[in-house]
Amino acid sequence: MLAVTLDAFTSLDFWIGVGVIAGVYAIFALGLQLNVGFTGVVNFGQAGFMAIGAYTMGILVVKAGWSFWLALPAATLVAMAAGVLIGLPALRLRADYFAIVTIAFAEIVRYSAQNARELTGGNQGLLGFDDDWAELSNTFLEWLEGVGLGDEFLLPLLIVTWGALIVLTAILIPLQRSPWGRVLRAIREDEDAARALGKNTFSYKLQSLAIAAALGAIAGYFLALNLSFLNPQSFEPLFTFIGYAVLVLGGLASYVGVALGAVLLWTLLEATRFIDLPLAAEKVAALRFMLVGLVLILLMAFRPQGILGKRDEMVLGD
Amino acid sequence: MEAGIAVQQGEATLAERARRMASDHPARVAAAVLVALALALVAAHGLHDTAQRSVNGLISGSYYALGAVGLTLVYGTLKLVNFAHGDMLTFGAYVAFAFNVSIGMPLIAALLIAVALTALLGVAFERVMWRPMRAKGAGLLQLLLMAIGLAFLIRNGIQLVAGTAGRSLDVNVTDSIEFLGLRIGRTELIVVVTGFTTLVLVALMLRVTSLGRQIRALADNFDLAEVTGIDTDRIVIATWIFAAGLAGLAGVLYTASIGVMTPNLGFFLLLGLFAAVILGGIGNAYGALAGGVVLGLVQEWSTLVFDARWKIAVGFAVLILVLIVRPQGIFGRERAL
Repeated sequence: MLAVTLDAFTSLDFWIGVGVIAGVYAIFALGLQLNVGFTGVVNFGQAGFMAIGAYTMGILVVKAGWSFWLALPAATLVAMAAGVLIGLPALRLRADYFAIVTIAFAEIVRYSAQNARELTGGNQGLLGFDDDWAELSNTFLEWLEGVGLGDEFLLPLLIVTWGALIVLTAILIPLQRSPWGRVLRAIREDEDAARALGKNTFSYKLQSLAIAAALGAIAGYFLALNLSFLNPQSFEPLFTFIGYAVLVLGGLASYVGVALGAVLLWTLLEATRFIDLPLAAEKVAALRFMLVGLVLILLMAFRPQGILGKRDEMVLGD
Repeated sequence: MEAGIAVQQGEATLAERARRMASDHPARVAAAVLVALALALVAAHGLHDTAQRSVNGLISGSYYALGAVGLTLVYGTLKLVNFAHGDMLTFGAYVAFAFNVSIGMPLIAALLIAVALTALLGVAFERVMWRPMRAKGAGLLQLLLMAIGLAFLIRNGIQLVAGTAGRSLDVNVTDSIEFLGLRIGRTELIVVVTGFTTLVLVALMLRVTSLGRQIRALADNFDLAEVTGIDTDRIVIATWIFAAGLAGLAGVLYTASIGVMTPNLGFFLLLGLFAAVILGGIGNAYGALAGGVVLGLVQEWSTLVFDARWKIAVGFAVLILVLIVRPQGIFGRERAL
């Protein structure tokens, strides 16, 4: 009854698809890594920052007629401002309250995207923000075909997503080793001690959250380009939780682990396609998310530091 | 110049007095704010509309409170932010559906089975997951992520078995009763009465029975309770039976009153439950009850001012606002921070 088909496994098409979505999740989880892994700030609202970035970009292009390339930095700044805005009251709270407040914030953003229909298109979604990108992407594809390198539609997106991921990781790693990054770690290990040394820990946590918001927004742009369509369902809290699965699979307090975790998780999730299950699509989807749940539970129970994480970096939250 | 300073000082003392009043008698201040809100709404939208929304608010408040009390009991005793609590509501609702509709049992029997099986589920996870993790000394993030994983497992397990199609219990959701010009569904009336009766019984249990006192002792200080000879293992199990059983009941009552269930129902309710728990001061069962009612009222009242589609966002906005003013929640103690 169960037939395993490995055709998909060998197709370039499949791997490019997995690569794009893994890249999006990796960028998304870079922000979570900065917050949770390095600062000890349990941000559960990352999907909200992603939504703010993506929708601001979409609205600026479609409703205000901005150029896509100008809308990107503007929307990133808006997401960072949102990070500061929610951080100002919420970062004063205890870690578990903070987690719940950020998720409530993300839900407010999603409900707003759903209900402010004049701006966001509501559940019908927002289309037509990616013309500038499509033009560039097509030029590149034509060139690729011209030199005989195939016509994979998503290849340009794969290249820029992973290019961005590599650039961002290359910025974050030295930043983490800088005095600034050392203060973040000190806050994670013992905030009172960091404060006693004269550091304004609140301001550092706020900066950490604002940068994570920017990373969330950037992930949002790539997600939007992948879907060519913005709708509220793409920004459910689920996205943040899968981001956490990526984070802990790769390992806490490791930026390289984030990329590894994203590729592993998405290969695992897409692997359900290899198995020809006699089930409706919604039930196959349920199986995949059960798998995410299982990954989270088993990792936390047996290897909480993830694949690349170090055990002594798991001192968070007591 | 001097007069100006005097006025400033006068204002400062007034603000200071208001602040002290708010921190000494938070419940009174919260009640006063609610009454003021209600009066403002009566003035702007009339007595009838305000009363009707208040009735609706008490109905949704009853299932928020039922869910929130369980969530807060578990938090209070085990310091576990149980993200899977909402999905236990869903589990209860689907068990009731299986026995009520698929097998054809009367709803009351199906409800009792649902409560029992959800309680059993809570105890099972305590034994398989939470107790071993406590023994290992797992940290906040570890437990949070396990609870999220568990939520995924339960919710999608339900979806795997039952699919995503909406299901309904065998209840009459259209029949309604008129009382003093206020309209209330017959099922809704049963739901709200059952909900509040259960809550009063739980409150009494916590207040007067020895089991209740032990649960509160554990919530207050787990280690101290343990050294004073309380059988913590037994009390933890009892807490899970209450928490999960109440979740199962809330799930069935919610579905009976709304009319339809999907595998996501509990997860969508979960943030409301968290809001109620935090409003009431995390770990405080009476606070969770009050928080649930406050949340239900404020959400329904908001539909007089904003479009109903903003109702849920209003609930979260209230949560964030309250936390800015009073980080420990309305009924929470400073110490709880």
